Amino acid sequence: MSPRQAQAAPVETAPVEAPVEAAPTREDLPEGGEEISPDQPWIVIVWNDPVNLMSYVTYVLQKLFGYNRTKATKLMLDVHNKGRAAVSSGPRERAEMDVLRLHEHGLWATLERSA
Amino acid sequence: MIGMRRIRAKRNGQFQIRLEPPERELLRGLPTQAGVLMDTERDDPSLLRLFPNAYPDDKSANADYKNLVGEELFRHHRQALDILAETADLTEIDEPQLHQWLGALEVLRLVLGTQLDVDESDRRPPAGDPQSPRYAVYHYLGGLQSEVIDALAATLPAQSARSSD
Repeated sequence: MSPRQAQAAPVETAPVEAPVEAAPTREDLPEGGEEISPDQPWIVIVWNDPVNLMSYVTYVLQKLFGYNRTKATKLMLDVHNKGRAAVSSGPRERAEMDVLRLHEHGLWATLERSA
Repeated sequence: MIGMRRIRAKRNGQFQIRLEPPERELLRGLPTQAGVLMDTERDDPSLLRLFPNAYPDDKSANADYKNLVGEELFRHHRQALDILAETADLTEIDEPQLHQWLGALEVLRLVLGTQLDVDESDRRPPAGDPQSPRYAVYHYLGGLQSEVIDALAATLPAQSARSSD
């Protein structure tokens, strides 16, 4: 029953400053944004959080998007170090489906219009 | 460490599960408790991470999203918990079942992590603190999840050295 993280805990989890369910904001996103054309691509963002293991985030990105390990690891490290990473983009419906699949896997994902 | 792995891929595509009886008891009991919580206290704050906002800056779009996918997300999480509880005593499971284990461990860690308000510091309460056992469970689940990830990551399609980045 001894936890594996006892050896390497600080690097095992992806941290976050924002509390649960806090609204991530993006300063450079236009307020309202309704003037942007409806076919503007949307981007899917994965946010840093303190629960998910780094290896889990990498695995989910490989599994869901077919990224190779190198690319998935790079995105995971962006999430970990910068607080967020854009993991996919496309029309709104597809981006929303990606967000749902990420939510099914417990990741903290949102979508927004591409700037 | 190799010999101590609790989850090991077999040649026949199945996964061997080597767990002690108390671990199996935990893996039966926790998903059942979490399932009851989901069924009876849908709005419990500790479930917040299971149903994140998709549009945090747009309440109306977010409400539409939750109306559209909320039930599906609920069923997805709930099914993973059920399957872990049902298969916690098996010594061999297949890959779809191991995926459900991964999902259930994720749900349990999200709920416990929210209840414990964990942060990135990995701070833990001192020995004797009433919260200590829950932290221990949280970290136990993380260790097991990590082994599940290793086992499942090995099943991903091989990447050639030239695969694009």
